[in-house]
Amino acid sequence: MLLEVKGLNKRYEGQVACEDVSFDLWPGEVLAIVGESGSGKTSLLKCISTQLGFDSGTVHYKGADLGAMGEAAKRELMRTQWGFVHQDARDGLRMGVSAGANVGERLMAVGERHYGSIRQTAAEWMARVEIDPARMDESPRQFSGGMRQRLQIARNLVSRPQLIFMDEPTGGLDVSVQARLLDLLRGLVRDMGLAAIVVTHDLAVAKLLSSRIMVMQKGRVVEQGLTDQVLEDPQAAYSQLLVSSVLQV
Amino acid sequence: MTQINFAYLNEQTKRMIRRALLKAVAIPGYQVPFASREMPMPYGWGTGGVQVTAAILTPDDTLKVIDQGADDTTNAVSIRKFFARTAGVATTTETQKATIIQTRHRVPEHPLTEGQILVYQVPIPEPLRFLEPRETETRTMHALEEYGVMHVKLYEDIATHGHIATSYAYPAKVASRYVFDPSPIPKFDNPKLNHCAALQLFGAGREKRIYAVPPFTQVISLDFEDHPFEVQRWDTPCAICGSGTGYLDEIITDDAGTRMFVCSDTDHCATQAALKAGPNAA
Repeated sequence: MLLEVKGLNKRYEGQVACEDVSFDLWPGEVLAIVGESGSGKTSLLKCISTQLGFDSGTVHYKGADLGAMGEAAKRELMRTQWGFVHQDARDGLRMGVSAGANVGERLMAVGERHYGSIRQTAAEWMARVEIDPARMDESPRQFSGGMRQRLQIARNLVSRPQLIFMDEPTGGLDVSVQARLLDLLRGLVRDMGLAAIVVTHDLAVAKLLSSRIMVMQKGRVVEQGLTDQVLEDPQAAYSQLLVSSVLQV
Repeated sequence: MTQINFAYLNEQTKRMIRRALLKAVAIPGYQVPFASREMPMPYGWGTGGVQVTAAILTPDDTLKVIDQGADDTTNAVSIRKFFARTAGVATTTETQKATIIQTRHRVPEHPLTEGQILVYQVPIPEPLRFLEPRETETRTMHALEEYGVMHVKLYEDIATHGHIATSYAYPAKVASRYVFDPSPIPKFDNPKLNHCAALQLFGAGREKRIYAVPPFTQVISLDFEDHPFEVQRWDTPCAICGSGTGYLDEIITDDAGTRMFVCSDTDHCATQAALKAGPNAA
């Protein structure tokens, strides 16, 4: 088992964010967390990825208790075995440096000291996320929203992580760009055998990317199961409401 | 004059600074916070360096002050006078005769010896500031030795200019642990910091930080395997003394753009010129 979350609770000054959340994640598995705004899904993601402390419960990564892990070890995990894709690419990128340096940063962080090979790896990854490597010396400021998001993904995947957290990875992008990004993500996740936790309010994203789904409401998990099963035959009242509110074209 | 304490600062303040200095020497390259005082000069004129000098000065010391290598520029002259008046110490312009050398952005060309102390004036002590503006974050990065981002800066240099274009305040690692900013000295001077016989103290007044490189401590400038650290070179020797060993300043001599290259270290230049003229010269 890659990740094991047990009885996780998180409150903000009495306000419930997550209540008694438990789930397991296996290597290569993609789990979608869906729910409306304020349902605690982003808080949950931040708690698991050690960006936020939680009140009670345990999170184990490969059998190691994250709560007992030192700051240094956690940050090491964050930049080698994990990746975090933010909704707003500006939060995940260094906007002041070139695209190539953004992709190469993790390599340099783990001790790569050969400029030529850093550059080559960065170029390969840019090509892999469908950005022209000829643009690697440009600032991400000159990139479109979709390109920034793909660059952020390349920056995270360059260290070949095993687990990647995504917070609304397609938020704020228009539909055709979303479709391309989802297609790319699906391919990468499959090729690299990545495990992923995707937070989204968009059921279509969950359906495309994930094999398992967790529906959250007011900080509680109201239903979890196989994505197809839950979306085709929702059991909980809230899941039914969620599925039936999807717009049909 | 009689009301002013020796070397301007009161004894309690000096003790506070000395405590910070001891800690800094004990942890080479680590930035020690200290309660920097207001000095009778503006920030940016060497308030950090002056406080360090005041704290370590004894009546027997001989002080030399340089500004960009020169003994005769405003900053150097005024600080030298300041200590001549407030501490009554002897002053000199000769590197060998000085026991304490306060410097703004240069290391003297003449090799320093044991027993000498070099005091640097530092504007921004944090080498990570360029890429990480948060102080809480840079402290954590130092604590956890997360210095990958330093190479991101050098990477950007090469990607933009084809070579490492950082030519001053070039980051280096002290004693295989802390990455530090050697103050805005030209990178030409970086190799002089490595295994230097003299004690090197760095004071940043506005930023309230003190750090140090003890004598004979390893200082390695950061670089890439395929883009190794290199210092500046010049095609011509100094136009005044003819020496080709020092760091040269470019000086524009008229409105037509005529320029000459001369030693930035005035003491070194004078010594070399005297050597060249020979013992029989006037």
